[in-house]
Amino acid sequence: MSASSRPLLEVRHLATEFDTEQGVARALDDISFRLEAGETLGIVGESGCGKSVTSLSIMRLLPKPAGRIVGGEVIFDGQDLLQLSPDAMHGIRGNRIAMIFQEPMTALNPVYRVGHQLEEALLLHKPELDERQRRDACIGMLEKVGIPAPERRLKEYPHQLSGGMRQRVMIAMALLCDPDILIADEPTTALDVTIQAQILQLLRDLQRENGMSIIFITHDFGVIAEICDRVVVMYGGRIIEQAEILELFDHPLHPYTRGLLQAIPKLDTEPKSLLKTIPGMVPSLLDFPPGCRFQNRCEFAEPRCREETPPLLGEGHQVRCFRAEEFR
Amino acid sequence: MSLLEVKGLKMHFPVHGGLFYRRIATVHAVDGVDFEIEAGETLGLVGESGCGKSTVGRALLRLYDPTAGRVRFDGQNVADLDAHSLRSLRAEMQMIFQDPYESLNPRHTVGTILEEPYVIHGEKDAARRRDKVMKLLDRVGLPEDAYHKFPHEFSGGQRQRIGIARAISLRPRLIICDEPVSALDVSIQSQILNLLIELQQEMGLAYLFIAHDLAVVKHISDRIAVMYLGRIVEIADSRTLYANPLHPYTQALIASIPVPDPRRRKEFEALPGEVPSPLNPPPHCHFVDRCPYAQAICSQQTPELKPLAEEGDTRHRVACHFAGNLPPSG
Repeated sequence: MSASSRPLLEVRHLATEFDTEQGVARALDDISFRLEAGETLGIVGESGCGKSVTSLSIMRLLPKPAGRIVGGEVIFDGQDLLQLSPDAMHGIRGNRIAMIFQEPMTALNPVYRVGHQLEEALLLHKPELDERQRRDACIGMLEKVGIPAPERRLKEYPHQLSGGMRQRVMIAMALLCDPDILIADEPTTALDVTIQAQILQLLRDLQRENGMSIIFITHDFGVIAEICDRVVVMYGGRIIEQAEILELFDHPLHPYTRGLLQAIPKLDTEPKSLLKTIPGMVPSLLDFPPGCRFQNRCEFAEPRCREETPPLLGEGHQVRCFRAEEFR
Repeated sequence: MSLLEVKGLKMHFPVHGGLFYRRIATVHAVDGVDFEIEAGETLGLVGESGCGKSTVGRALLRLYDPTAGRVRFDGQNVADLDAHSLRSLRAEMQMIFQDPYESLNPRHTVGTILEEPYVIHGEKDAARRRDKVMKLLDRVGLPEDAYHKFPHEFSGGQRQRIGIARAISLRPRLIICDEPVSALDVSIQSQILNLLIELQQEMGLAYLFIAHDLAVVKHISDRIAVMYLGRIVEIADSRTLYANPLHPYTQALIASIPVPDPRRRKEFEALPGEVPSPLNPPPHCHFVDRCPYAQAICSQQTPELKPLAEEGDTRHRVACHFAGNLPPSG
């Protein structure tokens, strides 16, 4: 990662809050990372760690009025997305940064035909195309994402498609405007493993072809290992570690990352051997402990971990832990 | 004699529709399944959604009445049992669900929920019941004050511990675990898997472990059965199944698993197409439409689940006409 060249996207000290019945919850705290052109960045973590809120904040799609960004910058193409007018942001969203979700039905409208929805996306973002060109573009894109008989599919409704097909349609819709960045939020979590393999391979092939950057959000270290170049690990609304993929798997530094990697059963672990566990529970937004948010589950915690928040330190391989040097 | 023997199990569901709400089709959810489970062992049952793996679990407990086939538990034919004997069978054969919340009464405290099995099975002394429940809570790693709390006050992992406590309360011999860790976070998943492994060793439990995560299933199972569209296509010792899968579907399934090791990154050679509808499966080999090695015989004759003569391992059975003659997977 060269510090001199300007990255495609740079998130700096992003902070997001939610109003809840029990008070204000700081869902994201000091989130900083860079996304280079053509790379796949994985954001990994367990439920409630803030990985999805990060993507919604970048896209300025936080649920209103409960959620709001309270600090930081999201620099894309030389401008801070957080300062853009709603209209200008609208021009970025879908056009230059597109997003796909775990459940395609949240993005597809059940009462319109697939073709109508795809063409609508084009109508919005590429008004210069005529009807014929739009239709051809849609058919071409459905073909590209591996949907058989695309002309017929255009006339179908989302419920007539299988889960894997819907995910392909959503990817097609996201890619119609040839975005620079695709944010994929758990796009394969609801799919069977053979269909997941098809979708992961499709994303890889599309990226090789069009050079887009991908932010891939998942809880699955297997998926991360298969498709990411660099990884951000989140816990309790903060980034606790980020590194190149091989570096992260070879030399994980944060006790949480190390614990997670050891907790997953692998195909070559001794059957029925006891797995390494992380004690305690995944914290909720409202009861983060003071200091390091992992301290109450950490076997290495010392008094200062309970008092101070460790900073995210390091060049290239960054980690937020006072004792990280001991693990290097 | 095995603890559980399942022979020719079929579970068909009618689909009604049309003007007179007649039977217009049949879902072949489970279409002739044979396996056995020995005392103290874990049989993993894997397959993708709609393959019938959960239906098998439910039919074993007679939550559904099977369309055909025989289920023998400890030598008794489960289908012949009257209500009374069925109750004692269910003391010996328990179930754990993916989302224990759906199976825990939200209006009852954990204490009430866990005492219920003892009440039903005749423990009249309230103090003794409470004492037993306290031991259960301790064993599954829940604090004492859980006794007075309601299910909604617990996290997903803790609720699964409650589900496990209830399942082991009557000291069963077999527990059917239906996706018990699928909904849990990774750091919690290993806690629950460890608990299941420890309980098995302490109590000599047998498990039927139903799941779609193949790494999890391999970790916990002695043997694994792979289902595709209502049938078992391959069954073998866990190690053998992963080291030497013989059915083209098993091979594809294993090749699709994302491996948490970036040095072993691979291109996925996707299996073409999707699982056909169980309303209308191909008549003979169910996998024929997606199989890269299919020949004419595959649509003319149903392949039997049987051991390969040349392999000499009768515990490794596969339902494919060309098993052993396919190019090795890798």
